Amino acid sequence: MRAQLQISSGSMAGRDEDPTALSAIDDPSRQEPPSAPETDFEPEHAGLATSNAKRMLGFVLAMLALSFCVVLSLAVGAKWIAPVDVLNSVRGIGTPENMVIVNDLRVPRTLVGLLTGLALAVAGALIQALTRNPLADPGILGVNAGAAFAVVIAVAVFGLVNITDYIWFSFGGAIISTVLVYLISSRGRAGATPIKLTLAGVALGAVLGGVSSGITLLNPEAFDRMRYWGAGTLNNRSMEMVLVVLPFILLGICLAFFCTRSLNAISLGDDLAQALGSNVQRTRITVIVAVTLLCGAATAAAGPIGFVGLMIPHIARWIVGADQRWILSYSLALGPVLLLLADVIGRIAVPPGELQVGIVTAFVGAPILILLVRRKKVSGL
Amino acid sequence: MSIEPSIKYQAQRVNFGPSQIILASPKGRFSIRMQRRSVVAGVVIAAVGMVLALWSLAMGEISFTAAELLNTIFGNGTAASERVVLSWRLPRVVMALALGAALGASGAIFQSLTRNPLGSPDIIGFNTGAYTGALAVIFLAGGGYFQIAAGALAGGLITAALVYLLAYRRGSQGFRLIIVGIAFSALLASFNSWLIIRSELEEAMSAAVWGAGSLNAIGWEQAKPALLAAIVFFIAAAMIAPRMHMLELGDDAANALGIRVERSRLLLMVVGVGLTALATAAAGPISFIALAAPQVARRITRSAGVQLGSSAILGAVFLLLSDVIAQRIVPDTSLPVGVVTVSVGGAYLIWLLLREAKRN
Repeated sequence: MRAQLQISSGSMAGRDEDPTALSAIDDPSRQEPPSAPETDFEPEHAGLATSNAKRMLGFVLAMLALSFCVVLSLAVGAKWIAPVDVLNSVRGIGTPENMVIVNDLRVPRTLVGLLTGLALAVAGALIQALTRNPLADPGILGVNAGAAFAVVIAVAVFGLVNITDYIWFSFGGAIISTVLVYLISSRGRAGATPIKLTLAGVALGAVLGGVSSGITLLNPEAFDRMRYWGAGTLNNRSMEMVLVVLPFILLGICLAFFCTRSLNAISLGDDLAQALGSNVQRTRITVIVAVTLLCGAATAAAGPIGFVGLMIPHIARWIVGADQRWILSYSLALGPVLLLLADVIGRIAVPPGELQVGIVTAFVGAPILILLVRRKKVSGL
Repeated sequence: MSIEPSIKYQAQRVNFGPSQIILASPKGRFSIRMQRRSVVAGVVIAAVGMVLALWSLAMGEISFTAAELLNTIFGNGTAASERVVLSWRLPRVVMALALGAALGASGAIFQSLTRNPLGSPDIIGFNTGAYTGALAVIFLAGGGYFQIAAGALAGGLITAALVYLLAYRRGSQGFRLIIVGIAFSALLASFNSWLIIRSELEEAMSAAVWGAGSLNAIGWEQAKPALLAAIVFFIAAAMIAPRMHMLELGDDAANALGIRVERSRLLLMVVGVGLTALATAAAGPISFIALAAPQVARRITRSAGVQLGSSAILGAVFLLLSDVIAQRIVPDTSLPVGVVTVSVGGAYLIWLLLREAKRN
């Protein structure tokens, strides 16, 4: 009976809402000896990697995995091209056929995948840190709904059919809707508190989403285009698209790393962060600008891809603990790993066709997430 | 001995909180304590809903005066008016109210369980799973209303059960439940969008109409089983509401108050899922009511947390209003009501946030 109580006290309220405490709960071995129910000698927010050396090692491993995925993405497809031939084609000395496939198709596709993957993951980490809500993803600020709404308008009202035409509509829609969400939530004395940001984002997203689906359900042509755009794909991307989104994503990443320290302070609560000398209001604005740039550019380049921004930050947090500097770095590396891997699987899953990357992402990511959230803490890992 | 004036003055300024109404049975076995503001707000919203219901019974392609409507309702109408009002319009209005209340109440339960304003039955994947079930029926069997409803029910319940089992490990933890739910929803949502992409455009569009949530196909035949289930679940919800508020205090405190935490949580979850399941099977996954109704009700009643009763009443009126709009906004077409609930609900939530900011 006593042990039963202790087990439940190990998984008690307060921690429920704290994703970082996850690794420290529910392991019966940690409840012994019975005389000491609080066996959490480690800091509560520690992840799997307990020292900076281990975190660095993990980061190097993540980068290696990323390099492997990049090579895979260049080599795998309807035609398998050996890594050596890939290298030759990039250097301009391969066979003409390989050079067309690699340089004109797979390199832009891989670059777009790399950029959108890291942009979505970092944006997700930022928004989860800012709202202190583990359910938050970049879409919470209305980015996806705004982008989709603008593309629906482009299709249904202006009759645009070209993917490159959608880029600016989608980017513009994303920016406008995020600005609106911020304006709505920043009214009043308390400013844009996390709860108001979340609610405003959900509300505006709902309005835009409702109008979008109303339009598409009355317009078969628009419905047809939107069902493909809405799935999210890396197919048919060009070098121009890479160059269009690159500066925005780079700027977003710089802003993100600029405010990691303040985000660490904010994780203690807005009041305490203020008392520690962190400018909460400025941090909020910087983070929102960064998320808009990152997520808006990613959605413009590849369509609305969910799940990366939600899942990768959780995984990063379980590995490295609560420090935003590490979480952001790991997200930067692991986001593209998931996206590129999903894209490669999508290319070979249903020959001769392809699966959209946005569809595969969840199939690759969800089982991993479920396995991780169920695991016990394995000592020494 | 007399009390010092200054102390008396201070005593008058003690704030005992919002004024309360307490109803109790003679021996005090059953009692309920409510905030006066919640009761007043609930009655006002219900009255608005009543007027709206009567109006939507009377108005349409064929309109009736108030006298004609009342005559028809009390059984003295013409054959035509009875057909239009009682057989065609009434089931739709009643279902809108019942399903709206079910969605509002289940939203309140899940937001209280997860202590998260984003918490809704969606987080355990119910609606996504129901959509998968319905899509499977539509694309594979091409079934009618009841087949689709059964497919949705099966899909949703299987998903919810899987999520609960996968998240279960020495008790279901709020956070783990949320993560597993999200993962499963994302998985199924991807599968759904794949099904939509690879099917014929016409079929895909009719599936999408179901997916938005619609009351278009509803008559008495469809309404009866749903209403019966609704009554059962509403009674269950009313019985577990007090426990819900004690669980909000945290598992430790609830335990100390004599609540069996894990069992209560499971019970709440069963009732919450049941309410959503009923609404989704009957009319498709109508979104946003479960999310918005508790938040809006909380702001109107100025209560500290989400409340079951006011959320249900607000949800009912909200769905009815949305359906009235959905039937009339585009001429000659009846939009799926789910399209309107998200737009109108979202707009209202925005207005509420803005007003709240102004007042502070």
